[in-house]
Amino acid sequence: MVLGFTYALPNLYPTQPSIQVAYTDSGKSADQMLLNDLEEILDDNNINPQEIFLRENKIVIKFNSLDDQLDSKTILQNKLLDKVIIALNLEPSTPDWLKNIGGQPLKLGLDLSGGVHFLLEVDIDTAQQGRLELLLDTYRKNFKEERIQLSKSSIADLKLNFEFNDRDSYNKALNKLRLDSQSINGLQYIITERPSINSLSLEYSDVALRKIRDYAVGQNLMTLRNRVNELGVSEPIVQRQGSNRIVVQLPGVQDPTAAKKIIGKTANLEFRLEANSRTSPLRKEEFVFKENELMTASLEKAVVVSGDRVTNANTGFDESGFAQVNITLDMEGGRAMQKATSGNIGRKLAVLFVEQKSKSELVTNDQGESVIEQTTYIEKNIISLATIQAVLGTSFRITGVGSPQEASELALLLRAGALAAPMKFVEERTVGPSLGKENIELGMKSIMMGLALVIIFMIFYYRVFGLAANISLLINLVLITGIMSLLGATLTLPGIAGIVLTVGMAVDANVLIFARIREELKEKDPQTAIRDGFSRAFITIFDANVTTLIAALILYVIGTGPVKGFAITLSIGIVTSMFTAIMCTRAMVNLVYGNKNVKELKI
Amino acid sequence: MNIRFQFMKYRKIAGIASIIIFSLSVLSLTFRGLSLGLDFSGGTLVEVTYETPVDLESIRTTLTDNGFEDSQVVNFGTNLDVLIKVADQNGNSSIGEAVYNLLNEEGYKGELKRVEFVGPQVGSELRDQGGLGMLVALFMILIYVAFRFQYKFALGAVTALGHDVVIILGLFSIFAWDFDLTVLAALLAVIGYSLNDTIVVSDRIRENFRIQREMEPMQMIDLSLNQTLGRTVVTSLTTLLVLFALFIFGGEMIKGFSLALILGVLVGTYSSIYVVANMLMSLTLIQEDLAVPEPEGAEFEELP
Repeated sequence: MVLGFTYALPNLYPTQPSIQVAYTDSGKSADQMLLNDLEEILDDNNINPQEIFLRENKIVIKFNSLDDQLDSKTILQNKLLDKVIIALNLEPSTPDWLKNIGGQPLKLGLDLSGGVHFLLEVDIDTAQQGRLELLLDTYRKNFKEERIQLSKSSIADLKLNFEFNDRDSYNKALNKLRLDSQSINGLQYIITERPSINSLSLEYSDVALRKIRDYAVGQNLMTLRNRVNELGVSEPIVQRQGSNRIVVQLPGVQDPTAAKKIIGKTANLEFRLEANSRTSPLRKEEFVFKENELMTASLEKAVVVSGDRVTNANTGFDESGFAQVNITLDMEGGRAMQKATSGNIGRKLAVLFVEQKSKSELVTNDQGESVIEQTTYIEKNIISLATIQAVLGTSFRITGVGSPQEASELALLLRAGALAAPMKFVEERTVGPSLGKENIELGMKSIMMGLALVIIFMIFYYRVFGLAANISLLINLVLITGIMSLLGATLTLPGIAGIVLTVGMAVDANVLIFARIREELKEKDPQTAIRDGFSRAFITIFDANVTTLIAALILYVIGTGPVKGFAITLSIGIVTSMFTAIMCTRAMVNLVYGNKNVKELKI
Repeated sequence: MNIRFQFMKYRKIAGIASIIIFSLSVLSLTFRGLSLGLDFSGGTLVEVTYETPVDLESIRTTLTDNGFEDSQVVNFGTNLDVLIKVADQNGNSSIGEAVYNLLNEEGYKGELKRVEFVGPQVGSELRDQGGLGMLVALFMILIYVAFRFQYKFALGAVTALGHDVVIILGLFSIFAWDFDLTVLAALLAVIGYSLNDTIVVSDRIRENFRIQREMEPMQMIDLSLNQTLGRTVVTSLTTLLVLFALFIFGGEMIKGFSLALILGVLVGTYSSIYVVANMLMSLTLIQEDLAVPEPEGAEFEELP
């Protein structure tokens, strides 16, 4: 019980206005240097932050007033421009000793805090199709090298079909496929044999499919995280849900259209040839380098391949031990690359990083107030410019990329730009901030009203025992809050409804006990009646609650979002109400009537 | 204790009433179906709040003229809040913004309160999951009650639950109230609640059957119902009190939820008295069914 109270405590501390500062470049994490810079800027402007510290890859600054918070954001944003992303936030003012034992206030669901929720589905079939195209290309080449006579090959319904000229080629190919299919995790391919027509077909096994799916979802998850970082949201959630879905929750974001544009954007990489003397001035553009703003290069306007064609990028070392980046494109990308590079060996190929950025500006609105307005724009920078050594296809490498550190950063950027498979929005919920606030008020009001009604009723009906039950009820509410905070559960509107429902049902256990004591009183003396009443009622209470718990748990499993919140509060409520009704009420009743010679019991 | 109310005297009437309401519900569910909320039907929903009341009919016309033929426009809570529901158009997720922008352009400037889009596939998945969850819940409860009590009680309890769920669904169907995820959640909570009641009554019947050896089953059940009546009424009352508080003060978003629960508590209280007892009578519960206490039950009785 002490534990419950302790963990409920953080909810009593007010939230404090704060800002979170992170580097716009998601590859860089905030450091002491940035922290010092920020401190200096604030100091110059006579703003005294209450606290400033590093947390994960962000710098958190707490303020004493909302004005300071807004002023600082404006000042810092104007000073540092687009180097950093600044998010407004309300930081809990939980004291350190509570934080150290894991105390934290309740998290609010989107329906209470306002914000947007997206559910995206990763199109695995397309990812699979891309893989099959690559595989088909590889086998065509392999068969040719091994003099296996292939007469026809195609892809249909996510299957590769091969037809061979003779039985000998068929057998050789079958052996090769069988060999390739072996892996540590089990067979990679399902091979259908039709020896009568010398034909083979191949599809991915479940093991291989799971790997493709995990890779695609994992890759997209990473890409999404990077994109979401650009939005400057204080506590975003980007999580995998089920086998091929990704949940994105952005509390506090009010403009779903802008958020969607950034989350759903594709092709944020472009491969372009460097312009040469023959390129017409109309067909070239100047770009600056990402690493060095003073360096520029002029590139052709035509895009050879865009980032959505990159299927993988990782680092390695070349023959002389220098770092390199290996890039894999899909079939279509490979073909385009081949076409573009075949006549241009010796020229340079650039990789352009395309970012959708948002810019904060101070503007004066209709009412004459100056507000921060966010506009989005596109920025393109060169991240690599390398000489073409040979005709490139689906896989190639970029050497001379500097240190292994720089190579891995480049690979990360290449990957970050790439979605392993297309995604589509399958669910979207936006809750405006006013509705969130309204929901909290309404929820609180219902809890208070419900509680008041029940308390009055219980005192009126059961007198002293009712009072004991009411105190138990209040303890119960504190316990629910404490346990939910401890578990880091999210409070939603249906969750509040769950608490209200618990208030109504929690007295049930007490009612059962009291009713029982009343009955026992008819034939026994008060002390025995109290004792027997409690123990007899226990079995009933236990059975009744276990079954409700079953229903609540199932609700938790099938429910999503807000409904899960309801299931959580209901489950916690059932357990705590059993505890408080049996233990707390009994303790109080014993305190009043224990060891006394009670002649008459008012109940 | 004397028997104050002879519940079982009216068991035939109650049985017939139950069957009639149950059949009506099933009929309505079959022919009318449920008016599925956005969570299950898929589509887009936009809630906009205005400073002065707006004419719904003209909004409807505007929407229809601009290609949103299949849309519903209603007030939500107050006449300042307007709720627009547009049927799914091949999983297009940006209808919400399009509708809001259109209204703004056409002069219906208001504050966007929420936009919800549920893709057709997600909708049907939630539908399947919801139905499955309900069945699994009923089945698990059947097993638990059969294990803790006896199969006749379990059948009685599950019949009562099925009765409650179908009647509430039926009412939602008859009155065309929106059936969404929160209502489904309420329905599962009703299962839990109604069961609570049922178990308390069954528990007492079990106990009485063991102590009182000379009574008729019918009298025994009546006695048990009378003994638990006080508790049943008080608990239903406190639960109803908070539910009405939720219904009145909780806002539009959980109106359906609290409504389903209020109905659930009423129907659940009734069913724990009549449906369970009726089932036990029809299954002719006799002394032998409960003569030997199960070891688990005995163990719990020893506890202080």
